[in-house]
Amino acid sequence: MQVDIFLKKKLHNLSFILLLGTAVLGAIILTEYDVAKGFSSVPAAIQWALSNFYPDSESMEKFPDIFEKLVETVLISVAATTSGAALALLFAIAGSSTTQFNRFLGQVSRTIATVFRNIDMAVWSMILLFSFGQSAFTGYFALFFGSFGFLTRAFIESIDEVGDSSVEALRATGAGYFSIIFQSVIPSSISQMISWILFMIETNIRSATLIGILTGTGIGFAFSMYYKSLDYNAASLVVLVIVAAIFIIEWVSNYVRRVIL
Amino acid sequence: MTTLLELKNVSKYYSKDIAALSNIHFSIEEGEFVSVIGPSGAGKSTLLRCINRMIEASSGEVVFNGTNIRKLGRKGLRETRTQIGMIFQHYNLVTRLTVIENVLHGRLGYKSAVAGMLGIYSQEEKQQAIRLLEELGLSQHMYKRVDQLSGGQKQRVGIARALIQNPKMLLCDEPIASLDPGSSKIIMDHIKNISASYKITCLVNLHQVDVALKYSDRIIGVNKGEVVFNGKPSELTTDMIHKIYGSETGDLIFEAGERNAG
Amino acid sequence: MRVKPYNKAFMVIHGTLLSLVLLTVYGFYSFDYKDVNFVEASIQTLQNVKMMFIEPHFSHFTFQEALYQVAITLGLAFLTTVFGAAIALFLGIFAAQNLTNKAVSAVIKGVVAFIRSVPTVLWVLIFAVAAGLGSVAAVIGMTFHSVGYLIKAYSEAFEEVDKGMIDALKASGAGWWQIIFQAVLPSTATYLVSWTFLRFEINFAVAVAMGAAAGAGGIGFEMFMASGFYYDIQEVGMITYFILIFAILLELVATRVKKNLKTAEV
Ligand SMILES: Nc1ncnc2c1ncn2[C@@H]1O[C@H](COP(=O)(O)OP(=O)(O)O)[C@@H](O)[C@H]1O
Ligand SMILES: [Mg+2]
Repeated sequence: MQVDIFLKKKLHNLSFILLLGTAVLGAIILTEYDVAKGFSSVPAAIQWALSNFYPDSESMEKFPDIFEKLVETVLISVAATTSGAALALLFAIAGSSTTQFNRFLGQVSRTIATVFRNIDMAVWSMILLFSFGQSAFTGYFALFFGSFGFLTRAFIESIDEVGDSSVEALRATGAGYFSIIFQSVIPSSISQMISWILFMIETNIRSATLIGILTGTGIGFAFSMYYKSLDYNAASLVVLVIVAAIFIIEWVSNYVRRVIL
Repeated sequence: MTTLLELKNVSKYYSKDIAALSNIHFSIEEGEFVSVIGPSGAGKSTLLRCINRMIEASSGEVVFNGTNIRKLGRKGLRETRTQIGMIFQHYNLVTRLTVIENVLHGRLGYKSAVAGMLGIYSQEEKQQAIRLLEELGLSQHMYKRVDQLSGGQKQRVGIARALIQNPKMLLCDEPIASLDPGSSKIIMDHIKNISASYKITCLVNLHQVDVALKYSDRIIGVNKGEVVFNGKPSELTTDMIHKIYGSETGDLIFEAGERNAG
Repeated sequence: MRVKPYNKAFMVIHGTLLSLVLLTVYGFYSFDYKDVNFVEASIQTLQNVKMMFIEPHFSHFTFQEALYQVAITLGLAFLTTVFGAAIALFLGIFAAQNLTNKAVSAVIKGVVAFIRSVPTVLWVLIFAVAAGLGSVAAVIGMTFHSVGYLIKAYSEAFEEVDKGMIDALKASGAGWWQIIFQAVLPSTATYLVSWTFLRFEINFAVAVAMGAAAGAGGIGFEMFMASGFYYDIQEVGMITYFILIFAILLELVATRVKKNLKTAEV
């Protein structure tokens, strides 16, 4: 009787492993995933990459072009994040249970944000492609909608974390709604929000690459152009340029976070 | 009587010029109950941890049961550690696991890597864990998660985990520093009883002089990394306490000790 | 008179905000708008969105087929998450500073930072050269990114483990792997599970995108076909509904798991 717990644990673990195994097997069949090929293609890909996927002197001549595209992509990401954040702040204030001025409106703004967040940016870009074509608008709006949805949730969490206490303290002094928001809520959650914005910019640069492939803009377009024309040296340069950009932005973000948080 | 543990000129430098321990030299007989007292920062924890090499001493010898622990390789060290149980101020249990699982952790040192990883224990080991928990008054809580227990109960789990190792010696680092007076007494009584009935040698760090006086066969006083006293409780004079603790705190501790004694 | 002091944090906060606004303004000024009439295109977008969501319909496949395609996308996300979690669990242990030496941890963390900085779609396309477009390249490429993400999350969870607990087992003679399995993993299990779930949620979205951009199949590919090939906005709407419902379901479960985790901590 006393050893039941060990038996129970063993059975529990066993059934978990069994369930997981079955699910994996099911997924393998469903997606027609070729396990053997999966294993063999990793070394094959590494071998291929080592012998083909590096920038050579010829591809370096394309660097100015690539760099220009990178700047465009970074700017679109920053612009979409910043403007998305401004809208998200409004929705977060309206949607946070701490600061909402009306319960119904709070629910509405949260629902809107949920919808925008869960339609992936890739989906947005395909929808926008119909009307905005291969212009900067398409990428911008796709990133804008996605950022808006994600940041609204993040900002609501930041506001809730600051909590009722500071709001209550000010309310007790008889302060009005807007002075509470501007004197208490925003100042005390601004560092957290900036941290989220910086995170979003980083994510957006990666997403912008994907959107660029779908919509033929920016750095993603540069990559898919070189990739399709089998110019792997130039394509690898694009990858390295993106990695460098992300590292720099991460470095700046970490610096800002260290100072403000 | 045979000597179980002997420290010879053990020193420990965390940084170049500050000695946390300097030339510590003493020995402990089999079955002895020895307390180490001293102000906070004196080096008590460092001393205890240099014995089972949780901290590497900078120089000197630690001879346990005839072998110099400092010369042991990885495997030899693990084997020796199974013979030395350790009890901690903050219990150091895996709070998300059950009481009995935590007790059985004391057997890991005796197991093959795989058996230990998967937590496969023999019937005898489980029976022994149950017996120990009954002895320590925890049979009610055997299958509870540790995070549901009180501090005193957690420390008893810690004791059971050390005992199931079948150790020759127990190292206790401030076992009652986080407990209320009632639980403290229960824990000290348990340790004392264990020491007597299983003939386990105990080396206990304490910062309460009165507790040390009450339970110990011998007291070692440490100040600034040096042994300044090593003798029977009856030999611990007021002057000596002043010397161990520095005069001002010494007064306070001594008064408290008198009150407790009276 | 100003009440707030001009300290460093204040300067950096304002500097950051100002830089963001300036970059945004400059961005809007410099973008290549390709002569698209903004007002016209916006109105058309609104009309499209209205059509999508109010009159969605299937024309090139059926409801069952759509479900099947969503299942494929879920399957891709699931495989990726499981493979990623298994690899990350192993490497995450070696990336945690308190469990290995600093050099090993630094090397793994450096490589992982590199892996994470490359967009997933590029990993998939790079693998596609060796493996061909399809589920193999998609799963491996996506697994790369999941591994990067999860190693960071797992190793940070491991690094939070109470040092005393590890010390106690070490002092009793327990070996390294025993300590990992008997103390480190049980103590962090709830964290690991919730991070993995969060990643599953992300991987669903990624799998949709890879279907569209890297030929991974599933509902994302259908979406790509409906929009880029058939120009069928109403079908795009229907597919969007499908994706949306599953994404929200996953988010609800992930939020649940996260909440459970928080209450378990207290
Ligand atoms: N890991 C460490 N690194 C550097 N110095 C330490 C470390 N551990 C302890 N010390 C120092 O060594 C001295 C003795 O510490 P300790 O053995 O913990 O004393 P006690 O247990 O008597 O309070 C103290 O001055 C402490 O600051
Ligand atoms: Mg100490």
